[in-house]
Amino acid sequence: MLLGRKGWVSVKVIIFSLSLLPFGLLVNDAINDRLGANPIETLHFAFGDWALRFLCIGLALTPIKIITGQSWPMRFRRMIGLFVFFYASLHLLIFIALDLSLSWAAFKDEVPKSPYILMGLLTYALLIPLAVTSTKNMQKRLGRNWIKLHRLIYIAGLTALIHYFWLVKADYTESLIYAVVISILLAIRIIVHCRKTRKLSLRDLSRVVLRSDKAGVSAQHGVVEMQALRNRVHDCSRRKH
Amino acid sequence: MLIKTKANILSSEITDRAVFESRREFIKAATAFSAGFLLPSLGQAETGKYADVPVGPSSAKLAVTDREDVAGYTNYYEFSTNKQDSTVLAQALKIKPWSVEVVGEVAKPGVYDLEDILKDNPVHERIYRFRCVEAWSMVVPWIGFPLGDMLKRFKPTSKAKFVEFTTLYNPEIMIGQRSGVLDWPYVEGLRIDEAMHPLAIMATGMYGDELPKQNGAPLRLIVPWKYGFKSIKAIVKIRFMENMPETAWHKSAPNENGFYANVNPEVSHPRWSQRRERVLGSSIFTPKRDTEKFNGYGAEVAGLYSDMDLKRYF
Repeated sequence: MLLGRKGWVSVKVIIFSLSLLPFGLLVNDAINDRLGANPIETLHFAFGDWALRFLCIGLALTPIKIITGQSWPMRFRRMIGLFVFFYASLHLLIFIALDLSLSWAAFKDEVPKSPYILMGLLTYALLIPLAVTSTKNMQKRLGRNWIKLHRLIYIAGLTALIHYFWLVKADYTESLIYAVVISILLAIRIIVHCRKTRKLSLRDLSRVVLRSDKAGVSAQHGVVEMQALRNRVHDCSRRKH
Repeated sequence: MLIKTKANILSSEITDRAVFESRREFIKAATAFSAGFLLPSLGQAETGKYADVPVGPSSAKLAVTDREDVAGYTNYYEFSTNKQDSTVLAQALKIKPWSVEVVGEVAKPGVYDLEDILKDNPVHERIYRFRCVEAWSMVVPWIGFPLGDMLKRFKPTSKAKFVEFTTLYNPEIMIGQRSGVLDWPYVEGLRIDEAMHPLAIMATGMYGDELPKQNGAPLRLIVPWKYGFKSIKAIVKIRFMENMPETAWHKSAPNENGFYANVNPEVSHPRWSQRRERVLGSSIFTPKRDTEKFNGYGAEVAGLYSDMDLKRYF
């Protein structure tokens, strides 16, 4: 991209400030007593919504990279991901500290009775290792496992959606919007994955043919292997449609 | 009839009489002061129509919630599933003239003008705790009259075992009715003995004034020992029936919303506990209060359910 090092730093500062803006506005509303009749609910829902929105933004970065062919979206992955964790933490903090007033008795009574709260806690538990391993140092130390570990965000996206669906009383409009957005963002990855697999498989196919020739394995055996591989490719392209 | 109200209220919850009475002066002054700045129709009726109605016999001295909170936080799905949006959208509703159709197992069916109903049923103030199924509560000084007094004037027949209430259906104005969130129109119901209970009222006002539109104007039900969704708003039809009516929320989720819907901390909602409630208007650091069985009106109403398994008939 055209920006220099300084340019990227200032872009990061701008995005960081914008990401903090919802928090600032809510704090401002809280100080000025503008959170309505049920301020705990207002804060709790707002932080939950923002966690989910940042999760959508974070999941959109890779698809943007794929579609535009630009690598700059990757520069913001860590920051956006940490904002998911930031807003999810506030969401949980409001629940524990204000809604339950730090009462263990209330926690013991209310949490097991609410499948949606359990699903929310599970989602948060999935985010913790991602936040902990978000540093460059951890990224280096974990190597290839880092990527595998951070695929947990896909699961967290799904459990967050379930968490939302289960708490709704009757109007599913908003939760459906999030479901559509997250489904599209995950679907793009599946499609790309399948394409990659197909390319690999074609290469694999030729390798299988060569190997079977070399080893003098019967042609029949090679065909069986080839068929199995072709089925895999076929399955993948079917899923794509 | 004199109704005893249980007096196990924390002393901190009791509002001093002088403070309590000066509240109206304060509200009037605040209303007059803010009238020039606020949207003209946002929850404000003619000033103090019911300012001098007598206080009813069963009005426990609970700490009354700010009017602003009660008028700005309403579940009125006919307009929106958002509690703030419904406040604004409900202002489009036309509440004059208003009539109520009375049908079914009754000797005097017909279409009754609300003005006539009000002539026959003098109003007074009732301060009740209102407990929503969503585990929040508020204390509202309603203005209204006993539901049973009104129902008796229609002369129910011996077959009238239940009463069904229906909200106005007008999707052009009630824009929430264009969506399939609930099966419209909203319908609620009571067993006849519940309906005749002196604590059940028809409300036409609150805080010494007319009901704001978002709070169910011009005529709504208030059944203080049941979850709020039983207290149906903007009633246009009353039907006396032999069989239990099918109600809107019961139809929507029968395993979650029972016909009786009595406030009961021992019976949790399938998705959340009902043991505690957030008191609107309390500080964010105030813990939730413990929910009382029958919302604290057990001494008066428990007898209605003495032979029933309340876990089964939730």
